[in-house]
Amino acid sequence: MSWISDFFSTPVHIAIGAIYALLILASIISFTFRKLNPGDAATELSKRVVSWWWMITVFTIAIVTNRVVSTVFLGLMAFLALKEYFSLIPTRRVDRTILLYAYLAIPVQFYLAHVGSFGLFMVFIPVWMFLFMPAAITLRGDTEGFLRAVGLLSWGLMITVFALSHTAMLLSFGNRLSYAAGPLLFLVALTELNDVAQFTWGKLFGRHKIIPKVSPKKTWEGFVGGVLTTAAVATFVGPYLTPMPMLWSAGAGALIACTGFLGDVTISACKRDLGVKDASSLIPGHGGILDRVDSLIYSAPVFYHLLHYFYGVWPAGMI
Amino acid sequence: MSEVLRGAFFLLFVRPVLLFMLGAHVRGRENLPVKGPAVIVANHNSHLDTMTILTMFPMRMLPLLRPVAAMDYFMRNGLMAWFATRIIGIIPIVRGGHAAGANPLAPCEDALDRGEILIIFPEGSRGEPEKLQQFKKGVAHLAKARPETPVHPLFMHGLGKALPKDSVFIVPFNCDVAVGEPFFWNGSIEVFMETLQARMTALASDLHVTPWD
Repeated sequence: MSWISDFFSTPVHIAIGAIYALLILASIISFTFRKLNPGDAATELSKRVVSWWWMITVFTIAIVTNRVVSTVFLGLMAFLALKEYFSLIPTRRVDRTILLYAYLAIPVQFYLAHVGSFGLFMVFIPVWMFLFMPAAITLRGDTEGFLRAVGLLSWGLMITVFALSHTAMLLSFGNRLSYAAGPLLFLVALTELNDVAQFTWGKLFGRHKIIPKVSPKKTWEGFVGGVLTTAAVATFVGPYLTPMPMLWSAGAGALIACTGFLGDVTISACKRDLGVKDASSLIPGHGGILDRVDSLIYSAPVFYHLLHYFYGVWPAGMI
Repeated sequence: MSEVLRGAFFLLFVRPVLLFMLGAHVRGRENLPVKGPAVIVANHNSHLDTMTILTMFPMRMLPLLRPVAAMDYFMRNGLMAWFATRIIGIIPIVRGGHAAGANPLAPCEDALDRGEILIIFPEGSRGEPEKLQQFKKGVAHLAKARPETPVHPLFMHGLGKALPKDSVFIVPFNCDVAVGEPFFWNGSIEVFMETLQARMTALASDLHVTPWD
């Protein structure tokens, strides 16, 4: 059974093992709940748990294989998020080519992350694409709805591709620190844990609503419970998965929890304005990719900058 | 031989590309026919319409699926004709053929007699993307000729954005498909066309249709 001990030889693999242990626990709870209390709520919960098995397995394969596979996977995630966004917003026929340019920005951005070209990575979408897209729209010659098109397309590219590409940029710390996928796993696992924790605490003790007009189920009790849970878990896993010691890890956990909350409600506001509940129906029980990565949209860039600027880890081979 | 090529083309190319670029969300999948003969009536916005409908069925049903298409467009040259009839599996019919006296729907009736599933776009051409045109009555005449064959209405949204007429590249968009319960020939061409129109309008109103202008 040496392959088992080989597999669990790095903190990333041990953490993945622990995640699967949690998943098994969640499945047992969901199964028991369904036996004791059959109904719509139980079916919904079990659909969610089954989808978690799929998502965690795909994510695990993506991060343990090698960095190219990880980056391609993260790029695909951004592609699906952008596609969902473009499918929901009102678009003009004349802007079809512009949408294609926006899609083509995805491979470029993730390539820049892959080679650790930090300077270009930071300016490609916020500066180059930001200037290029309105100019390209202008050259199509239709000014009716120009501002709305520019606003919708630029914002969509920023929140999906630019924000999510920070997950791939986290992998560039790997070569230097031999933590490989550690910081990425830390960010994604804690962001998702925080979603589940805020939901669970809110269900159990939720009384005082935070922003009922946007997200009626979000409560202060859920939020505080989520932040404390996430910070507590982060304190203990941070020193293994990231270069940060316990105190910094606790802070990172709290930051991930707060920014995750902001991402969640911001995407909720966006969906509410568009008049949809879910961005698509790709993941049974969860909605679309955009519904699943909404928290990550805010937590990924902030966590990246926490590590890079405030803690001072520099990507390997930075140019 | 071409059956194998057709299967491989759909399994290895059309299905992965459509899954990745479009990711069709199908409502009422249980209303799709599970055996022939049957007629699927759909709105038409894009060349992707046919592909999308063909990939909604299990691979083993592919040999039964026959899109009905205009002879003048798809039989322009040898290569196109080979691809359209052998790979896509179309049944070519003559547009406006009833004026010449012959029954233009004869190939369709033969296919139904063989137990095949026809895919018909009664708008006639793709037209303006994402705008429903007036339905042509050929489908009603076909239903009249084969009154025991079920007619399944199917409405698609989003494919006209992904690949409209006169465009050469696909822009990825999620697309929505709604399949309605089947109905049968109901006694008159006018009543049949009204029923079809009402069914399609009802399916369209169930979908979240985003503006595109």
